[in-house]
Amino acid sequence: MSEEQDDIILSELSDDELVLQMYDDLYDGMREEIEESVHILLNRGWVPYDVLTKALVEGMRIVGIDFRDGILFVPEVLLAANSMKGGMAILKPLLAETGAPRLGNMVIGTVKGDIHDIGKNLVTMMMEGAGFEVKDLGINNPVENYLDELEAGEYDILGMSALLTTTMPYMKVVIDTMVEKGMRDDYVVLVGGAPLNEEFGKAIGADAYCRDAAVAVETAKEYMAKKHNQMSA
Amino acid sequence: MSKKIQNIIDKQGFVLADGATGTNLFNMGLMAGDAPEMWNVEHPDRIIKLYQGAVDAGSDLFLTNSFGGNASRLKLHNAQNRARELSRISAEIGREVADKCNRDVVVAGSIGPTGEIMGEVGTLTHEIAVEMFEEQAQGLLEGGADVLWIETFSAPEEYAAAAEAMNNVGADWCGTMSFDTAGRTMMGMTSADMTKMVAGMDFSPFAFGANCGVGASDLLRTVLGLSEAGADRPIIAKGNAGIPKYVDGHIHYDGTPDVMAKYALLARNAGATIIGGCCGTMPEHLAAMREALDNTPKGEKPSLDMIAATMGAFSSDNDGTGDAPMKQPRRNRRRAIRSQH
Repeated sequence: MSEEQDDIILSELSDDELVLQMYDDLYDGMREEIEESVHILLNRGWVPYDVLTKALVEGMRIVGIDFRDGILFVPEVLLAANSMKGGMAILKPLLAETGAPRLGNMVIGTVKGDIHDIGKNLVTMMMEGAGFEVKDLGINNPVENYLDELEAGEYDILGMSALLTTTMPYMKVVIDTMVEKGMRDDYVVLVGGAPLNEEFGKAIGADAYCRDAAVAVETAKEYMAKKHNQMSA
Repeated sequence: MSKKIQNIIDKQGFVLADGATGTNLFNMGLMAGDAPEMWNVEHPDRIIKLYQGAVDAGSDLFLTNSFGGNASRLKLHNAQNRARELSRISAEIGREVADKCNRDVVVAGSIGPTGEIMGEVGTLTHEIAVEMFEEQAQGLLEGGADVLWIETFSAPEEYAAAAEAMNNVGADWCGTMSFDTAGRTMMGMTSADMTKMVAGMDFSPFAFGANCGVGASDLLRTVLGLSEAGADRPIIAKGNAGIPKYVDGHIHYDGTPDVMAKYALLARNAGATIIGGCCGTMPEHLAAMREALDNTPKGEKPSLDMIAATMGAFSSDNDGTGDAPMKQPRRNRRRAIRSQH
């Protein structure tokens, strides 16, 4: 244990100090502290959208950088994301009330035959944290699951994940079916999973391969910005 | 019995293991997303062909077609009740192929991870994991597997659960992890950590090491790491034949037989005794590896530079051993200390 004698009293920190403390607490996966800090900022009159973007999203961005650089690994990032989720649960109803801007809508799922959802869950949490609305279809999705959901809602992005040599080609089955149905160009298709690479993503007709959750968020943002520019041009 | 493996090591100094299961089965018509384990029943002839391909290419040991044969994985295909049966049959077919061979060939019962997360943020408990592994292990032993073979694990908790299951059924076993994230497993375990973990286990494997991951260079770096951390038992190297590419509707791994032959020699020089391939490794790769290992004396331990020069660059600057990158430096102020209430 440390020699420090006093706990930090979160409510006694200035706004700036508290936000910095939240970055540390997210990094260390301390959910209760994050929840407490979110309440404190709200009580001080912060609008929910600022709490989300200036404290939580920025904190997760730092986590994402160290994940990308091989300094943090899945267990730590899961804990961080879990803390983020705690904060999000408080903010979500408030954000809906205040009509905070949404960056875009995404459908995500692990492909047929594949059980792995760690990476997909991380992407979901980081995307939500960054301001996207995400519909998570879970694991083991046949092509119909993806297409039915895309057709049922207003989506911008399709995300697919696969972790096995035996399941990664299934992403192409989904993309080919989208092409057949003439709906491929209506969506940005992002793919990810440990055995994949950029060249593979291109070869199967995806818009981009994202090597981890942090990259997925950045890529999605880029595509949304492009789409926005095209629409206003 | 691991004695069979030891005998082969004593005789020739190394064991040539097998190559890919998934890639081979794809070439025989397996569809993406389908469970390879179903073929043990639906197409036993193709499973014989899979095993025979490795044996004919010179493998001393091959893995059964049961990687995803635990209840957690089979559930996706509504076959969660068939874990024991499908595993047993995968080993029975293996036994048949091995016994027909005029030299000693080891049937290793493959056990892959559950795909679920254990530990603090996970959903799978230790008890249930042990139970699932035990069920599959029993099937594999009933089918006549010589040893059981844990592979592609990334979480130390799951490795420990599998070890306990192996002990419960009294099986000799080997166990490899997949180092695919900046030279560590997805859960952050370094090669040196694994050597330490295995040495300290109550129920420890006959041999341990690395499989799959990100290409041959990374895998060789991992083998060096396992060895340099003071490995006290045989090291296994089963690396992929290059990087997956999508060519003409198929997944193709870009490593040639010649590349895999070089990889096999480097793996042995780096400290591995049981050497094979993983994804993308076909019989022609295995034959080239056999030829190289048989006809080349063991050489000096390669340096990281030499591995990179021969096999290509590493996927990350370091692998967490030695001078690893540090976590974010804290801002220059007091950290919160949480008392446990």
